[in-house]
Amino acid sequence: MATARPLNWTWFHRLGSPPYIYELAARLAPWFGWPAALAIVGGLWGGLVLAPPDYQQGDGFRIIYVHAPSAWMSLMVYTTMAVAAATGLIWRMKIAHAVAASCAPIGASFTLAALVTGALWGQPMWGTYWEWDPRLTSELILFFLYLGYLGLRAGFDDTQRADRASGLLAVVGVVNVPIIHYSVTWWNSLHQAPSVMRLAKPTMPPSMLVPLLLMLLGFTLFFVAILLVRLRAEVLNRERSASWVREVLGP
Amino acid sequence: MREPTLEVENLHLWRGDRHVLRGVRFALAPGECLQVRGANGAGKTSLLRTLCGLMYPEEGRVLFDGKDVRVDLRTFHSKLAYLGHEPALKADLTARENLLYWIGIRRRLSGAALDAALGRVGAEGWCDRLVRTLSAGQRRRVALAGIALLVVPLWLLDEPTAHLDTQGQELVATLIAEQLARGGMVVTALHHELPRVVDNTRRLELAP
Amino acid sequence: MNMRGPALGELAGAAVAAEVSSGGRGAPALEAAQLTLRRDLTLAFRKRSQLVQPLAFFVMVTLLFPLAISPELSRLREVAPGVLWVAALLASLLALEFLFRDDAHDGTLEQYALSGHSLTWLLGAKITAHWLLTGLPLAMIAPLSALSLGVPLGAVPGIVASIVVGTLALSLIGSISAALTLGIKRSGALLPLLTLPLSLPVLIFGARATELAIRGGPLLPPLELLAALAVLAVTLAPLAAATAVRISLE
Repeated sequence: MATARPLNWTWFHRLGSPPYIYELAARLAPWFGWPAALAIVGGLWGGLVLAPPDYQQGDGFRIIYVHAPSAWMSLMVYTTMAVAAATGLIWRMKIAHAVAASCAPIGASFTLAALVTGALWGQPMWGTYWEWDPRLTSELILFFLYLGYLGLRAGFDDTQRADRASGLLAVVGVVNVPIIHYSVTWWNSLHQAPSVMRLAKPTMPPSMLVPLLLMLLGFTLFFVAILLVRLRAEVLNRERSASWVREVLGP
Repeated sequence: MREPTLEVENLHLWRGDRHVLRGVRFALAPGECLQVRGANGAGKTSLLRTLCGLMYPEEGRVLFDGKDVRVDLRTFHSKLAYLGHEPALKADLTARENLLYWIGIRRRLSGAALDAALGRVGAEGWCDRLVRTLSAGQRRRVALAGIALLVVPLWLLDEPTAHLDTQGQELVATLIAEQLARGGMVVTALHHELPRVVDNTRRLELAP
Repeated sequence: MNMRGPALGELAGAAVAAEVSSGGRGAPALEAAQLTLRRDLTLAFRKRSQLVQPLAFFVMVTLLFPLAISPELSRLREVAPGVLWVAALLASLLALEFLFRDDAHDGTLEQYALSGHSLTWLLGAKITAHWLLTGLPLAMIAPLSALSLGVPLGAVPGIVASIVVGTLALSLIGSISAALTLGIKRSGALLPLLTLPLSLPVLIFGARATELAIRGGPLLPPLELLAALAVLAVTLAPLAAATAVRISLE
């Protein structure tokens, strides 16, 4: 019978324990899930129904209520992933690597959502689904950074090796994101006609801004809830040969 | 000056789901040799790699001269020589050029010492040929010459007798004996016994 | 075979016996780096055919565009900056394959990590050698391709300068992804997938510098940005690559 790994490595003692995390995540998830649902419903109601049409863009701007939070989350999740990966690399905490691994598909999904909603927004705005808008281009590159992370992870059979290599990649990536964003903006400014070719945010009175902030809050809470759920599955998978997992899963 | 010792406390190492090293502990004094034995997959290579700091144990410490090696890995590395499964020789350089590089980045090497070491392992005839033209046994001999030239307190040898004929295996035993006589320490993973018993040798069995 | 030859201790005298217990540090890091650089250059010259491949690939790729677009030099001149830089990027990717491959297979990387020297410095020497062998030759050959795309002769120095600096940055950035993918057997398109997003800033600034060189505009700003990227890469990339190598050795 395989023995469970030792449970104490650093002063993150309890956080480093897989069974504790498994149980804690189960307890915490609803506390994020339900508020997330409320915030998102409230934000959608406020943004799609209550907020007045924009002076310039009419009703087309409303997609910002999904696009902007998605884009914001795609970046926030990447940063979270990089911080978790750095924690795992420096303090050798396997839970931190599990968190990073759980973040990646969520972040990639947010990025894809941002790209798709950005393209849908572009159609009424510019007449085409894709213009090389600097923010959308940066978003596309971020998508490839996520794909690279997932691809590197998939290339290793050994979980520990996958964790550490992809963790380093995430840290290198997060350092590069500002550089890439700056260079893409610089590139775009050289070649663009100075017309309104951007996904410009309309000027925001409170009736427009509050639903947007609500959506942002809702998306963040949603991310944490989903992360906790994925983390539980990730932990079960990694510890599958340990005795506590067998007890949890039952006979 | 006090001779350094090697102590290993309660090493635990997992590779994937396998608990490869389960509480390995031993202490080695200067002039002693430890032979690590075990079947394939028992963890001999993993133990050696953990000793030199390439692998990171989940539990336990390696103490060299009473200090945890993790505190200053680079200094520890300057005091050890590691011979892995493949001798790290470049196929497009000659044996001599290879050794000039590997020893040269670690210490001053005189031509005479290099010649003598190559002669010792029987390489005078072919030490100026490209390594790609040498047999596995010849490459192993070149690697052994390198280890002997390094003059460090600790040798970690992973299957040093691989590809060697009986005379080659005798050479390994002699080199180990000389290292021990100088006050050095040797940890070696071996599949089968050396042709002659070297004094001050202890054995550690690893079960798979 | 000389079994009863003099033992090593006798040869080198008492100094050696003392070294056994102290294990002297020996040559400093810079010297070790220099030796590594020279060894890598020697090795490359003994396998010269391997060096030609990325260059041939570069020329081939630039040749594709006139065939695919139009033989009109005026049209080619417009796309020349992009063509040259995309080709340079892809050729660097190709060359990246043999940065660490041999050393990983024959146990050299392991010995670097165990040498007692800073792995960062040793890898820095390796990357420098790699750039001298792939990036610089690329910069030498680029003018030929550029001229074939209708680029005026006066633009050549600017183009060469930008490719010299750009390939240095690319070698450094690429060393990180090359080190990360060590130990993946069927890596396929993973190395390009990892390297390209990180190399985009180099592409953007390099192509802009080339474009300005062709048009006769001020190419110093993008060239300086390119140099800044290279400096950043010089400070951070070898460290990241060393960490990645250590991860691959675990």
